[in-house]
Amino acid sequence: MPGTYVPTDYLPVLVFLIIALGFGLGALLFGFLLRPRRPYAEKLSPYESGMLPEGEPRQKFTVRYYIIAILFVVFDVEAVFMYPWAVAFNKIGLYAFVEMMLFILILAVGYIYAWRKDAFVWD
Amino acid sequence: MTLANLRPMAPELILIALGLVLLMLDLICRKKEMLAIVTLIGAILAFYFIKGSHGGLFDGMFIADLYSNFFKTVFIINLLLSTLISVKYLDTERALHGEYYALLVFATVGMMTMASAGNLIVLYLGLELMSLSIYVLCGFLRNNIKSTESAIKYFLLGAFSTAILLYAISLLYGSTGSTDFNKIANAVAVMGAGAALKPLLLFSVALFVTAVGFKIAAVPFHMWSPDVYEGAPTSVTAFMSVGPKAAGFAIIGKIFFVAIFGLHVEWVKLLIPISVATMITGNVLAISQTNIKRMLAYSSIAHAGYALLGILTADGDGLTAAMNYMLIYMFMNVGAFAVVIMLRTEDFAGDELKDYLGLAKTHPLAAFLMMIFMFSLTGIPPTAGFIGKFYIFTALIHSGQLKLAVAGVLISVISAFFYLRVVMYMYMKDPEVETPVSDSLYLKVALAISVVMVIVIGVFPGKFIEFAKASLILQ
Amino acid sequence: MTLKHVLIPALPLAAFIINILFGKAILRTKAHWIALIGVAGSFLCSLSALSGVLSGHIVNEDLFTWITSGSFKVSVGFLIDPLTAVMLIVVNTVSLLVHIYSIGYMHGDKGYYRFFAFLSLFTFSMLMLVMGNNFLQMYFGWEAVGLCSYFLIGFWYYKKSAADAAKKAFIVNRFGDFGFGLGVILIFLTFGSLHYSDVFKNPAAFAGQTIMICGHSFNLITVIALLLFCGAVGKSAQLPLHVWLPDAMEGPTPVSALIHAATMVTAGVFMVARTNSIFVLSPTAMAVVAVTGGVTAIFAATIALVQKDIKRIIAYSTVSQLGYMFVACGVGAFSAGIFHLYTHAFFKALLFLGAGSVIHAMEGEQDINMMGGLKKHMPVTYLTMLLASLSISGVPGLSGFFSKDEILWMAYAHGGGIGKFVYLLGAITALLTAFYSFRLIYVTFHGGFRGGHDKEHHLHESPQSMTLPLIALALGAVAAGYVGIPHILGGHDSFAHFLAPVVGEAEAHGSLSQEWFVMISSIVIAITGILAAYYFYIKNTKIPEGIAKNFSPIYKILFNKYYVDEIYDVLIVKPAYWFSGAVINKITDAIVIEGVVNGLPTIVEWFSRRLRKIQTGIVLHYSMFMAAGMFILLILILSKLYTGRF
Repeated sequence: MPGTYVPTDYLPVLVFLIIALGFGLGALLFGFLLRPRRPYAEKLSPYESGMLPEGEPRQKFTVRYYIIAILFVVFDVEAVFMYPWAVAFNKIGLYAFVEMMLFILILAVGYIYAWRKDAFVWD
Repeated sequence: MTLANLRPMAPELILIALGLVLLMLDLICRKKEMLAIVTLIGAILAFYFIKGSHGGLFDGMFIADLYSNFFKTVFIINLLLSTLISVKYLDTERALHGEYYALLVFATVGMMTMASAGNLIVLYLGLELMSLSIYVLCGFLRNNIKSTESAIKYFLLGAFSTAILLYAISLLYGSTGSTDFNKIANAVAVMGAGAALKPLLLFSVALFVTAVGFKIAAVPFHMWSPDVYEGAPTSVTAFMSVGPKAAGFAIIGKIFFVAIFGLHVEWVKLLIPISVATMITGNVLAISQTNIKRMLAYSSIAHAGYALLGILTADGDGLTAAMNYMLIYMFMNVGAFAVVIMLRTEDFAGDELKDYLGLAKTHPLAAFLMMIFMFSLTGIPPTAGFIGKFYIFTALIHSGQLKLAVAGVLISVISAFFYLRVVMYMYMKDPEVETPVSDSLYLKVALAISVVMVIVIGVFPGKFIEFAKASLILQ
Repeated sequence: MTLKHVLIPALPLAAFIINILFGKAILRTKAHWIALIGVAGSFLCSLSALSGVLSGHIVNEDLFTWITSGSFKVSVGFLIDPLTAVMLIVVNTVSLLVHIYSIGYMHGDKGYYRFFAFLSLFTFSMLMLVMGNNFLQMYFGWEAVGLCSYFLIGFWYYKKSAADAAKKAFIVNRFGDFGFGLGVILIFLTFGSLHYSDVFKNPAAFAGQTIMICGHSFNLITVIALLLFCGAVGKSAQLPLHVWLPDAMEGPTPVSALIHAATMVTAGVFMVARTNSIFVLSPTAMAVVAVTGGVTAIFAATIALVQKDIKRIIAYSTVSQLGYMFVACGVGAFSAGIFHLYTHAFFKALLFLGAGSVIHAMEGEQDINMMGGLKKHMPVTYLTMLLASLSISGVPGLSGFFSKDEILWMAYAHGGGIGKFVYLLGAITALLTAFYSFRLIYVTFHGGFRGGHDKEHHLHESPQSMTLPLIALALGAVAAGYVGIPHILGGHDSFAHFLAPVVGEAEAHGSLSQEWFVMISSIVIAITGILAAYYFYIKNTKIPEGIAKNFSPIYKILFNKYYVDEIYDVLIVKPAYWFSGAVINKITDAIVIEGVVNGLPTIVEWFSRRLRKIQTGIVLHYSMFMAAGMFILLILILSKLYTGRF
């Protein structure tokens, strides 16, 4: 039927998903089937030979963790763009070079901004 | 590809550069007024470049045409006016952070990208750029609990609506196989010829209505707006009561009038109850407000309802009327907020309705300007507001939606109650408290532009109607 | 269209704006300069426009379009053709002279600037009315003129009679305006446009159409014409809506002159002439116009016979003369009607301004029985008023003669019973006109002074700013008619030819000898009337009293204006008061209006306060609402999917 769209291009993704799911579940199932089951109190404690945990495990982090984490993600992910550019550099020439410089310039503006706003200072 | 090929997106590029420059300037420049001036210069430069922007870029993902240029004109004027009314206000609020102007600029770039999108992904990109910038702007008064609250609320609900939008996009993509508006339109046309429409396609329509409804604050997706408008810094409220709303209508044109126009019977049916509920809720709730910012928030909801009426015609006249309404709404609304800002001084909030008692006696000019904006918001000739409503209602009548037009007119009568109450307070009551007004050249310029435009559009509407008509997407 | 055409209404408007904004604080006693410059400029521009029209340059253009929606177009545009040109000259000449006159007359009044501001606005409104090229603009001018008359008649608003008269004028006019408004709407519905050029293109195409009203079918064109005529009856003070005009003299005398001669009352005649192509299609409407005019003419003239108030006599004379104009329109001689309008403007303005001059000298006294012998104290006023009276009486050689004779001849030669009937009414009215006009002259200016010794000392001629306009108008009263000398007297009837492209040329069904008969008889009538007045008021001054005594019932009826005001009082005003007091106030007002005006907002507010509760401020609730809204939309979609409809 014309106009009916079936996303065949994405079939590998679906296969991949099925394999990933199957692999994870399969491993768990395999372990479940093979391992011996002899539970006792000591073995069931969270840290078998350590101290008993006390208090709430979820604690507040200082907000600076997030800022550092966000900055890390931003610069880390943006660095990924440079790999394809570097690989194809010989083919795409000066224009792409200028474009990448602009990209880096924008990153630099962000970096300077974060820096001057004391985003990197831990108190 | 060379740099010259980027000419169609010159206004956006200029504004992006402007935003970066502002961020850097903020670090070295102590006098924050400079930033406002740079913003104004940059925005005017970008405005100048709108005219020659024409053509598609990046395989049609970005399209600069007359339609997007109309909205870009609105966005940049909105940016200019918002900048003008911000200078003194930020000073009064002691919120002198340079990011403010940069964020305004980035939000504007986001809106412009939305208007120019030829593709759902670019549309989403622009929407996010706009939304994220405005979330921050709402919470700009960091020490003010209301401001922070409004930012968090807007952010949470905005994230919710973004998720819905993404879901709508993925459903649409899933059922048509493209994110490109024209290709979607073709696919929908082909499908529409078949007997049954795909359920997924129709679901995506409903989700689009929800997501866009959130952006333009249509009932029942409007709940955030009174709280956010009240809490946000007044200048930001002015900016965001126009910008995102107009951007919402820009993408309504792109999605509903291009991509899924084949489903217009369906989306019109979905929008009818929404627009009526929006008009009623906005107008009725505005009556019981005592805070003028909140009242204007509800009024802004109601105006979205009127503009939606134009969309309901699903024809060119109606869309023109809605576009024109946005242009007009910008001037009268920013003007009204400018007067609200005028009343904000160092030790006086000036945003309660009772602060307007007897204003005509103490500050006749401010009262007079407010009166004009209130008349225009009510839709009394010869102000621009009348023209806006007139064309919406005639478009409705011409498309045969007589009942809706009558309902719209009747509901808009309610609005006279609270708009004219402000006028009545100013002119017929005695002042209870001494209401001081601030004095700023920038604010005066913004007020002058708004009031002149409200009158000029009201008296000579022909040119503006032509402008909107020529920008029509459906030609 | 050129600048001069735009300036014609723009200058008075500018003068109004300047005066109203700065008059109180800055201009004060110099306010007249602004108004004078405005109206004088406008006058010069209209002269130039007239010369343009004379050389065949007719303007019909939209100046600016406000809103367009389909065939509905709201625009300001000017149509300057012979008819408009004549009206421009009439309006601006009289207005200019009244402005000049007012400088002296209103000197020292505390509302000096306000007076001139409204005078300019009045002129502007009237100019907009006559210059418009569409019905909507005419309607705008129509209403604006009414509003200005309200301001000016009630100028001395602290005087109860003035405030009442202003209200009366406004309310009585509303009756007519209502009909006019309906007429305009009906024209739009019928012709699909409000522009003259579209409507008058071919109204005959609609001649056969009918319209259903309350189950009866009527001729559409007749209904339109009669509705329009309703408006004319109100504005031009014809029976039965004439009652406001005599009261309107409560305003300052220059205003009376302006209202009676140039603005406002002429609007009705102008409108009928403008829409002649609609009227001529309906013999019924034409007959109504002619008979209304004729009856009004004689009706008002009989009242004028016995009035004592100098301004009231002239006011009834206006009503009567307007009746003549409608007679002319009704018999199809529109150009004769406009011709009379044009000559009447001069002598009526002159009569009023002269009366103003007399009142000025008499320190506010308006009863002619308290005057007498003013001739020697006020020679200029006397001479000019005498000329005006000769003119209005139709003495040969003066302008009134030409226009009145034209109307009488056209009525006579109209053919059919109606023509003869209105001719008879007109002829009798002419006799009465001559009589009451000269009664006024003789009682006021001749004989001995009856106002007491103190007053006699104060008698003086008015200042030059007042007498100069009188002289100028007197020239008009004498000479204005010479543009329309009929063929029979060796003239070319230029006026009628000039207007012919707009209003057409009336056909006269009569022989030359009949025309001579009509003319000579009207001369005889005029002279008889004057001589009778001379006999009654100079020779045998006892006779009028005797008549009044012997025929006291008739005298009383006339003096009390046929008790029309009283009848209206009983039939309309009292019931309206009763109705408003007992019904509206008690039931409608207390329950319905109070209910609607106060109750509706209360209900809405109540809802508003309840609905507000939804706005909790809690994000969770908000997101719930969003989700709920989304699900409702999805359910709508689902129902569409499964049922095929929403």
